[in-house]
This record gives sequence, C-alpha cells and structure tokens, in this order.
Amino acid sequence: MNTFITGKVVTLGNNVDTDQIYPGRYLDIVNHREIGKHCLEGVDPAIVQNFTPGDIIAAGTNFGCGSSREHAVIALLNMGAAAVLAESFARIFFRNAVNLGLPLLVCKGISKKVENGQRIELDVKVGTVKVESTGEVIACEKIGDYAMDILNAGGIKPLIRKKMENRR
Amino acid sequence: MHAIQKILAKACGQSSVKTGEIIMAKIDFAEVNDLYPQTIYSFREMLGQRVWDKDRVAFVFDHYAPAPTIKAAQIHKEMREFVKENQLTYHFDTNAGVCHQVMPEAGLIYPGMIIAATDSHTTTHGAFGALGTGVGATDMATIMISGELWLRVPEIVEIQINGKAPQHVMPKDVILSILGSIKADGAVYKAISFTGSYVDQLDVSGRMVICNMAVEMGAKTAYMQPNDKVLEYVASRAVRQYEIQYTDDDYSYSESHIFDISNLSPQVAFPHSVDNVRSIETAGKIKVDQCLIGTCTGGRIQDIAAAAEILKGKKIAAEVRLLVVPASSEVLKECVRKGYLQELAEAGATFATPGCGPCLGAHEGILAPGEVCVTASNRNFPGRMGSTEACLYLASPATVAASALTGYLTDPGTF
Repeated sequence: MNTFITGKVVTLGNNVDTDQIYPGRYLDIVNHREIGKHCLEGVDPAIVQNFTPGDIIAAGTNFGCGSSREHAVIALLNMGAAAVLAESFARIFFRNAVNLGLPLLVCKGISKKVENGQRIELDVKVGTVKVESTGEVIACEKIGDYAMDILNAGGIKPLIRKKMENRR
Repeated sequence: MHAIQKILAKACGQSSVKTGEIIMAKIDFAEVNDLYPQTIYSFREMLGQRVWDKDRVAFVFDHYAPAPTIKAAQIHKEMREFVKENQLTYHFDTNAGVCHQVMPEAGLIYPGMIIAATDSHTTTHGAFGALGTGVGATDMATIMISGELWLRVPEIVEIQINGKAPQHVMPKDVILSILGSIKADGAVYKAISFTGSYVDQLDVSGRMVICNMAVEMGAKTAYMQPNDKVLEYVASRAVRQYEIQYTDDDYSYSESHIFDISNLSPQVAFPHSVDNVRSIETAGKIKVDQCLIGTCTGGRIQDIAAAAEILKGKKIAAEVRLLVVPASSEVLKECVRKGYLQELAEAGATFATPGCGPCLGAHEGILAPGEVCVTASNRNFPGRMGSTEACLYLASPATVAASALTGYLTDPGTF
C-alpha cells in the first residue's frame, strides 16, 4: 500500500451509518463495480456522481455505524475513495476497511479543520494530515501495528493467500 | 479478570489477557447470513477449500426469507451448494427465522463460548454469558479457513440496571432509555457488561433484547452473567458441554453507568437516530402508517404475547397497517398454539415469514416517502426501511400494538 496519499476532500457529517453508505435495497448486488455506483446514496445520490477517484472522505464521529455489511467498504473502494478520515469509526467498519485494504485514520477534530474540496496529503503510517493550502499539519491516531501490517499487505486476502500457498 | 477476559484468554490459550492486547482467538461457532455470498467469494479468493470444522459453521437464510428477487434467490442457491459441498452439519434455510433467535433455539449458543457472525446484532448472545461479536464477510472467510479471528481485547464498561420495571415497561424501553443516555457512539470498541438487580432476574427473551441493542452504542460485545432462567433454557438445548465464566470479585470496570428503572415510562427513539430517545408522555401527537412487531429485537413470543394482550378483541385503526413477523418458526408455532395469531389476525394484522422482515429495507413492508412507522426493531437510520424520506420511531412491542389501535404513537398504559 502507498502510505502517502494526496487528494481532494469530500466532507460528511456524524453517524453516517452503513445504510446511508450502502442502502439495504441493494444488498443482493454482488458485482463490486455495480456496488460502487450506489455508494453514499443514502446521504445524497449526487455524491457518487461528483466523486473523482482519488478523493478522500472526511467524516465526523462514528462513521460506518450499524450493520456489518462489507458492501459499505466495497462501495467506497469502487467509487474510488483513496482513504477515509473520521473523528471516530464504528468497529466492524474499521475491521472491514483494514481487511479490504482501504486506508483509514482516526483524526480528532478533522471535520472542523478541513473543508469540502480542499486538497490534503496523508501519511497513513505516521498518522498525519497536511492541508495543502495552509500547510497546517493535523495529527491523527496512529494505526495499530497489527492492522497496519494488514493494510500494508493490501488487505488480509493477500496475506492469507500467501500463508495458504506456503502451506501447500 | 472479567468473565469476558477469561473467555478470551481460554480462546487464545493464555492464562490471562490485557486490555488492548491483540490475540488470535479460537472461534467456537461461525454463522453466516444470506446477505453475504461475499463470504464464500473471499473464502475462495484466499484459497480456502473446506471449512475448518463442518460442525462449527452454519448458514442462516433470514434477511431474504423467502427470496424477494432473482439475485437473492441466486445467493441462496450458491450458499446451499456451498453447504452441501462442505457437508455442514447445521443449516437454517428460509423456514427457520432470524439467526440470533434460531442459533440459541438450536442449542448452538451456550455460556463461555465465542460466536462470530456476519451480523452486527451478534451481541445478542451475551444474554447467555457467551461472547458474540459481529464481523464482515472477509473476516468470516478467514474464520471459515482457520477457525480463528484476531481480536483486540476490549475495555469493559459496566451498565448496572437496578429496580423493577413498572407495568407496560418492557426490556426494549429499558435499553432505549440507556441508549438515550450513553449515545450511539458511547461504547465504540468496548465490551458492555450488564449487571444489577433488573438483569439478575430478567428472562431469556428480555436479556436478548438488551444485549441485542448493545451494538447500537458501538459495543464489540455484551455480557450478562447467566441466571437460572438462562441455565434452564440452555440445559435442554446445548449441543456441547460448556464452562460458565465468572468475573472476579475484585475486578474493577474502566467505567460504570448506573440506572434505576423503577419509575421508567415507555420510551421512543425518534428519527433518525437510535439515541434520539424521549419518554412517551413527551412524544406529542404522531400519526403512524405502519406498525411493525418482529425482528431479532422484537419478534419473540413475549413480544407477540404483549401485542396480543393489547389487541385481543379489538380492531386496529382504519388507516394503519400492523405487520407481525415472528422471529423464528419455533416462535410462530408457539404463537399458533397459544392463539395469538388468531387474535392478531382478527384485530387486522398482516403476517410475514419468520426472519428479518422489512427491518433493513429488503422486502415485506417497505415504506414510501413521507410515511411513518413505529417499530419494535432496532434501527431508525434514514432509509433503513425504504425511502430516506420515511420516518421510523423505535419502541417496545406494547407501544407498537397500542399505536396500531389508535393510529397515533400511544402509551400502552392507556389500555
């Protein structure tokens, strides 16, 4: 995984739950590209229309609360989200993101410190966000070593696949 | 140590565990519901061939029971093939019910175990002194390959509930009032240990309601020390020997929240958040279109009995739809035996297949823009049951039944 990520911010509010990230009526879709087309439709269907691959989500508290649906992370990845920053994450969402290699950082105060459309630079490994226009550096929580190793490998699938191949 | 820590220590072969430590825990049972064929795809992508133990993995068809779309039917078909290929001992098809109800009924939940399932409401099993936790599809696939899951040992917070509930105040009211105070992100990453005199005497069904909604505070898992009612339930059902874990007397919680429910009144979570909770007296006049009794939160025999008690010999309001979805086939059969279905049908109720029903907006009672539903289920997020312009009010089954009679959000104490 590239631990330096640069992109344009798309801001969201508090408690954006998995029904808003990926509405229940689409849960029978299995094609990942199709899943991506409905990303954040429960917040505003215009978000996916205006999203540029490589954009970074910056949300408030408890992002991804609710259901265990991995579709939420699959949708964000396939919409082209490069990373997700939030004041806090719901735990199943956090695990799902790590498992599928979607970089994410807990970043206290982020929703007040960045604006929609601003360009930012992330250092996922160190845990910092730099606002390009002002040069302000915002310290985030460092990802735990165990989760970081999974993210670095591009998610848990390549890790387990390697283990399985070695076993043969 | 706390009982939760003892369960985790045993699962990773250590004598103790510390908060924050990452452990590799052996999983006693893994359960997949029918929203997640991705579990099978991830399993194959990671070169999985056979599940690690055919007695410890089950599929439950509940979110799409019976299949509402061709795509959902295809998911069921692929899952049935996987079940057959792996010769799984347990399988719960569209005639079973909601996973969190059918698993205990089948004796697959017992004290001291760890159950991981692809559903956030797996915290329900804390009712039995088991450690239940929700996981995503790929996490589940890794369990299906290895029988293990990496876990961070959580901080444990105590929620102590004391007192005796007034008449018409159900366990759902109790947990809603707690949610209103602790808030939707009040226990993120943490484990909740429910204690106190109310919990000590509570029946199995009520314990399940409270642990079920622990996840709405963000909890990783919930725990209640098994009482006689739990042990009696489990004794006739458990498929394995079990060991009950106990919290040491000198254990101290990272935080404690103490509630007395002796004077609680029925509670309602207003749109669009589970923690937007008010007492029914302050709710105002709210007209409802649909009333739902069912799901893994409010579809058990006690819930349907409470509704039948209120609705027996009466008719629901003219412009209201009352939808009843028993949580499982076992619950359905008991409702038939006890005459509740007849009473509810005569009152004007509509019934759907035991399962999740319309709770997650997949089928069987979807809401149009502008409609209002008062529901015994667990989530009122925007769009949860259909249109993002519909409004959901979470309440107890008794409040839902009373509201069906009047057509407005109504205190069950009125009847």
